[in-house]
Amino acid sequence: MEAQLPATSIIPRVGGLTLAQWQRLGLAAVLIVAVALPFVVGNYRVFQFTLAMIYAIALLGLNMLTGFNGQFSLGHGAFYAIGAYTTAIMLDRWGIAYGWTIPVAGLVCLVVGFLFGLPALRLEGLYLALATFALALAAPQILKYFEGWTGGVQGIVIIKPAAPFGLPLNEDEWLYFLTLAILIVLFALARNLLRGRVGRAMVAIRDHHIAAETMGVNSALYKSLTFGVSALYTGIAGSLGAIVVQFVAPDSFSIFLSINFLVGSVVGGLATISGAIIGGIFILFVPNMAELVSKAAPGAIYGIFLIVFMYVMPGGIAGSLKMVIHRWFSGNAPAVNAGKVATK
Amino acid sequence: MEILVQQIVAGLATGGIYASLALALVMIYQATELVNFAQGEMAMFSTYIAWSLMNVGLPYWAAFFLTIAISLAGGILIQRGIIRLFEKAPILSVVIVFIGLLLIFQSTAGWIFTYLIKPFPSPFPQAAVTLGTVQFGSHDLGALGVTIVVLVLLYVFFRYTSLGLAMRAAAQNPVSSRLVGIRVGWMLALGWGLAAAVGAVAGMMVAHKVFLDPLMMGGILLYAFAAALFGGITSPGGAVVGGLTVGVLENLVGAFVPFVGHELKLTVALVLIIGVLLIKPSGLFGKAVVTRV
Repeated sequence: MEAQLPATSIIPRVGGLTLAQWQRLGLAAVLIVAVALPFVVGNYRVFQFTLAMIYAIALLGLNMLTGFNGQFSLGHGAFYAIGAYTTAIMLDRWGIAYGWTIPVAGLVCLVVGFLFGLPALRLEGLYLALATFALALAAPQILKYFEGWTGGVQGIVIIKPAAPFGLPLNEDEWLYFLTLAILIVLFALARNLLRGRVGRAMVAIRDHHIAAETMGVNSALYKSLTFGVSALYTGIAGSLGAIVVQFVAPDSFSIFLSINFLVGSVVGGLATISGAIIGGIFILFVPNMAELVSKAAPGAIYGIFLIVFMYVMPGGIAGSLKMVIHRWFSGNAPAVNAGKVATK
Repeated sequence: MEILVQQIVAGLATGGIYASLALALVMIYQATELVNFAQGEMAMFSTYIAWSLMNVGLPYWAAFFLTIAISLAGGILIQRGIIRLFEKAPILSVVIVFIGLLLIFQSTAGWIFTYLIKPFPSPFPQAAVTLGTVQFGSHDLGALGVTIVVLVLLYVFFRYTSLGLAMRAAAQNPVSSRLVGIRVGWMLALGWGLAAAVGAVAGMMVAHKVFLDPLMMGGILLYAFAAALFGGITSPGGAVVGGLTVGVLENLVGAFVPFVGHELKLTVALVLIIGVLLIKPSGLFGKAVVTRV
């Protein structure tokens, strides 16, 4: 079918622009809004959006693992906790500048994630979900056990850093921009990683790991590396989270954090990069909205919402948007091209 | 030596509870190849129903059997009303649905019954039973007895009744079962009902020991997972052996390994789960699954 098309096939346009051009335009608009936001809304909202971006980084990590590589994790809260505690301990015990703690937290999680990924190689689907579920449940207990390091149940209090170089920003605004910058770098890296050879190998393993192996993809190495990189992203998010919230304690890293991460990545849209941002906003704001609907049982509202959502939009928000956009573009495409877009 | 025997019996009692819950997990796994993350919370909710029934004046055993009936109906309803809609959905969607159920049960229980910890009565006498020189808690022995009765009943049901046979057939080969006239959908629903009922028994037995609160099942569910995996998640008998072993192991480790104690209980389960999955993923009695490519 595709071979019959002329070499310079007509690219479908809506409003005179191609899909790629619209995407670039949309990205620019989102960036402008993101930069302008802290000057428009109050300090508490700035803090909330910072947290949403932090979650987005964690979700991108989880999304690489689950969406692109097909490995389930119900335990990413544990990696988030490791990142957060690495930063907290370095700041509190050793007095190291916070800027250095963020990459260190990422590296620690990379190593831990890679090591956890090695046994996870033998586990597939539900078994991996079970093992990581156990990890998430046990994490607070382990944190409480090493009291000398982690401060036990009381946790560790962190002081919010001020803006450097005399920038005219308050602490919340500074952390917002710091997080935004890290987010942009990490998302750009992830996009390049996932679009290239490595990303194709990851997706090939997800879709058919035996076929991938016969094509020469080192399945074991890629799987544990993906686990490591995924943990790295989540660990950096945890580190930022600790600095922004100014506090770490074992009970903030309960199983519900891990559940929220999984929910966020599925609701945002698996195997999409933009889904991570949508998911980050979702897990920060929707539980609050559930509380507005019913003060008594917000968890029940959230649960009902999840079930209905999975029924109506199994591809997540980003997945559904993608479908709508592609349909819209194929509707406007010249007849000769319709088949090509539809088969995508 | 006496302490050892005491610990083993106490371990068997908690192990029986893990075994019941593990059996509930295995029943659903066998029929649908899914692990119900909400199983513990469903059991917790059933236990609250029993508590309310006793609160309005029903005697223990009346409340006990009524709760089992309500849980059976509830399980069937959940399968028919919710889970059935996701029959063809990818595993991850179903896991999210289970998590949704977990949240609903936990939050609703907290809303209706508050998060205050409540005592839950035991139908067995207070006094300890002395055999020779060793003392046993009578609730422990009673709970073990109840678990054994439940397991025997289930065995008889699945082995010797035509309904049990139909359920096994539906789980093993849904297409052929449908051809011989078994209503596969309803068999799955009944499986959910039975799992909920068995879970309810486990909840009512364990609530006397850990007290009743909406979060009581978290750790127990984890041990039930460990038990199901240890025995082999495809084998009901394995779930029982696994449950008892894990219960005894947990008690012995808690009593005799000083640095673990109570604080790292969940970590023991984590180590156990990962250990089993690494060394023998199919468990003691499970079938190793071979996929044809």
